[in-house]
Amino acid sequence: MTRTFNIYLVVLVALAIFAGACRKGPQIVPPVETPVADPDSLTNGFYLLNEGNMGMNLATLDYFDRSTGTYKRNIYSEVNPGATKEMGDVGNDIQIYGGKLYAVINMSDKVEVMDVHSARRIGQISIRNCRYITFYKGKAYVSSYAAAQGDTNTGEGFIAEVDTATLQVLRKVEVGRQPEEMAIVGDRMYVANSGGYSPPNYDRTVSVVDMNTFTEAKRIDVAINLHRMKADQYGDIYVTSRGDYYDIPSKLYVIDTKQDIVKDSFDLGASNLCIKGDSAYIYSVEWSYITSSNTVSYAIVNVKNENIVTNNFITDGSEKQIAVPYGMAIDPASGDIYVTDAKDYLLPGTLYCFDKTGKKKWSVTTGDIPAHFAFIPR
Amino acid sequence: MTGSYAGYAQDTVPHPVAAAVTKDTAAARTLRGVTIFSDRTNSVTPVQSLSGEALQKMNSLSVADAVRFFSGVQLKDYGGVGGLKTLNVRSMGTNHVGVFYDGIQLGNAQNGTVDLGRFSLDNMEQIDLYNAQKGVVLQPAKGFASASSIYLQSRKPTFKEGESMHGKVGFKTGSFGLINPSVRVEQKLNDRISAVVSSEWTHADGRYKFRYTNGTYDTTAVRENADIDAWRVEGGLYGVLRDSSTWQAKAYYYNSDRGLPGPVVSNKFYNGQRQWDRNFFFQTSYSKKIGTRYSMLLNAKYMRDYVRYLDTSMITVNGAFINRFKQNEYYISSANQYKITSFWDVGLSADFQVNNMTAVNLDHFAIPTRYTTLAALATQVHLGRVDIQGNMLTTIVNETARAYTAGKDYYAYTPTILASWQPFASPDLRVRAFYKNIFRMPTFNDMYYTTVGNTNLKPEYTKQYDAGFSYTHNGNGFLQFFSLQADGYYSHVKNKIVAAPGKLFRWQMQNLGSVEIYGVDAGVQLSPRLIKTVQTDFSVKYTYQKALDMTNPAEANYKDQIAYAPVHSGSFIGHASWNKWEVNYSFIYVGERYFLGVNIPEYYMQPWYTSDLSLSTSFIFNKKLTRLTGEVNNVFNQHYDVVISYPMPGRYYRVTATINL
Repeated sequence: MTRTFNIYLVVLVALAIFAGACRKGPQIVPPVETPVADPDSLTNGFYLLNEGNMGMNLATLDYFDRSTGTYKRNIYSEVNPGATKEMGDVGNDIQIYGGKLYAVINMSDKVEVMDVHSARRIGQISIRNCRYITFYKGKAYVSSYAAAQGDTNTGEGFIAEVDTATLQVLRKVEVGRQPEEMAIVGDRMYVANSGGYSPPNYDRTVSVVDMNTFTEAKRIDVAINLHRMKADQYGDIYVTSRGDYYDIPSKLYVIDTKQDIVKDSFDLGASNLCIKGDSAYIYSVEWSYITSSNTVSYAIVNVKNENIVTNNFITDGSEKQIAVPYGMAIDPASGDIYVTDAKDYLLPGTLYCFDKTGKKKWSVTTGDIPAHFAFIPR
Repeated sequence: MTGSYAGYAQDTVPHPVAAAVTKDTAAARTLRGVTIFSDRTNSVTPVQSLSGEALQKMNSLSVADAVRFFSGVQLKDYGGVGGLKTLNVRSMGTNHVGVFYDGIQLGNAQNGTVDLGRFSLDNMEQIDLYNAQKGVVLQPAKGFASASSIYLQSRKPTFKEGESMHGKVGFKTGSFGLINPSVRVEQKLNDRISAVVSSEWTHADGRYKFRYTNGTYDTTAVRENADIDAWRVEGGLYGVLRDSSTWQAKAYYYNSDRGLPGPVVSNKFYNGQRQWDRNFFFQTSYSKKIGTRYSMLLNAKYMRDYVRYLDTSMITVNGAFINRFKQNEYYISSANQYKITSFWDVGLSADFQVNNMTAVNLDHFAIPTRYTTLAALATQVHLGRVDIQGNMLTTIVNETARAYTAGKDYYAYTPTILASWQPFASPDLRVRAFYKNIFRMPTFNDMYYTTVGNTNLKPEYTKQYDAGFSYTHNGNGFLQFFSLQADGYYSHVKNKIVAAPGKLFRWQMQNLGSVEIYGVDAGVQLSPRLIKTVQTDFSVKYTYQKALDMTNPAEANYKDQIAYAPVHSGSFIGHASWNKWEVNYSFIYVGERYFLGVNIPEYYMQPWYTSDLSLSTSFIFNKKLTRLTGEVNNVFNQHYDVVISYPMPGRYYRVTATINL
């Protein structure tokens, strides 16, 4: 009896080991839900796009459901199980326009278009090496690093005009090299050109595109390696220069769009930029090859008076928990400040929520390299 | 029979011995059928070997395919014929594995790794993997300088009585559009010098089907831009001087043009990058024994490496993005051993090496030159059945840069102690243990690569503790050969430099901190005579390994298994030969892994296991020994990634024909 039992046990253990050693059937990784705040049924939530490491196909979408106060990590795969190879590789921008959610997936050469409330996939806009997206009069505009003229020119990128109903590219306009963020003032689009493919020969211009003719009207010389760009309510555009990571530091410039000249600059190493009302929130992470370390600061610039209000908008000392700030947003309703920590880019990141006075409210684990926000309008 | 070639595999002198010494029994062996295993019973350190006999019978194209069958190793394989294949031993990292070709280390100061996919088995006589180091005193200081070492021994010319020239031609073809002709000629120039020339061409379109599914979507596509065109030619001279000292000189050239298929990601299954490589080296060694007490071994090498990388999807102000990298390596080594008494040896080895590198189209590249001086004082004591070896290695690294900042100069003293004990009168069983402390320098890419390099990186240290035993028995009855090896180990990696994959050799560098690894490597090899006319050989290897990140207790990856390290892995080889026929089955299992350092479902990778089958026959055709092999690999057509987003081939086929001339 005991002997038989032993044999059964051995067989059972062997089977268990064998089963454990084998492949599970293909599975969809379910979202992870974390309660972080009190339910608030009056305000809509937001999406957070995690970039994911390049080549790992790890761009993921998180959703903060304000009605339940729950943070849902990695919702895309479950909502869209039929999307081949999930969301894609390196999420670079996310915006909401009308009833649609647009996620720019840089290394997947596409803008993923979803329903704004369900995140259900509607379709995609195929644009090589796409970077950022903005909207104007019912059309979407996507910047692209890809060479506008094929392989023979010096690598000028383009802005693609996209029909938001058919998701087809209608027209393209050639701008500077490796264009990044765009901002629209009146009937003109301003484009920050980086030229990041040819260091140290960076681009140093902002392209001005006439939206009536969809042609590049002029270029404004600003500084090397431009990146972020936001318009304020006074007809000025704030644009950041990344510098060259060596001798030329990162800086923030102000363009007067009435005269199309650089009218002001700040010695702020600006990595990211959000404007709400009269306040421009700026954080900077600057790597110095001279000291081989990062310098981090959190500043607010008053865009009306064009002066620095504070160098640390996080007021309770909790900025020390943040290793590498990577994304930022200001809640359009409450004024809460959101900052993400990408850590060493290999760990899941963290999202921090601060109230408008800079005191930490909550934090939650996100996907890999949390970076871009889209708030669902009311 | 086993003993006969275990004998020549067992050269404890770490240099290739001269041609004339070994008798040609290759043809005879092939026809008669012997065990494919070779043993090294008296090794002080854990060693795993694959002899030429075994290599010929396995379903392997390159050294990379063969080393997967060792325990305690992980092969990082980007897939296909041309995909990068690097070896990681006991999860300490690829940079801690020294790869030696005919006794001299193959280096690459740029990335510190050797692509084992470029070394064809066609020309290999023996592959040995040592944990810690080769347990001998007389070896270059570099032999003491890696956490583990793999020795590739190319075939030496051998001649029958009265024979002065012979050769071998081979042709392989199969899936991926593979065309691989090879030729080898051995010539006896005179009584004291013989020469060998070996060359092959490898051409493949690299196309294969891969499949990804999550249960709902199910996509099958063809791998594109994975073509390769590679040409290898090498020639060697082997000589014995009048005073019976031996020398060897070898020139090697490799030239390739390959597509880099890149990761398969959503909406983008094709990447257009290409890479061209040209690698040349010349190496020579001289070995002499003076009297009964003193032995010396001199080595010298010059290596030149050129890489050109093209990315047509990135258009710069000068057109498509191109990088060019050039490296030079100069190396000299002198190793000396003196027998003080019958039981006590001492050795002193000194190596000096210069590495430099230039890069075209790499902004802010420092153009570094590294001078490495290594000196090792070693000793070996035989006390009855106890063998003890110890060495102290001094490493001095001086670095200069023609532009920008150079890394800091560095020096270190690192010890190793090896011990083995034969508990019984029979030498079959040996118990062994070792302690080794060693480091690897940051590579030129780690330190100087634009926007990711960091000249402040510290060297990465490993401390290894190992205890184990080996039992080897050669018999004439039912069990022709039996060997059992097991080792338990604990290793600690400090200041680990971790590269997050971006594009090929574009990484984000960081000192990840600290990793603790403990595990067991075990293996059984046996050659039972099940039926009188059938020779069979079996090998089972198993590895259990925990490689835990110990960097930051506050972080999510604390005490989680590090990226790509499976807890369980193993292999099985079964081989049978009957008359002129041989059949081989091999199986590899790699357990579940995570592609990043936090063990969450998002980063989970499925286990994978592949079965390979081959059938060969040998016959005399037109008085020439001819051999035909047919292979079916990945028989069950499993689709898997070794590296995330780099799909491996499903079922594929290969046919090989060789004729000895």
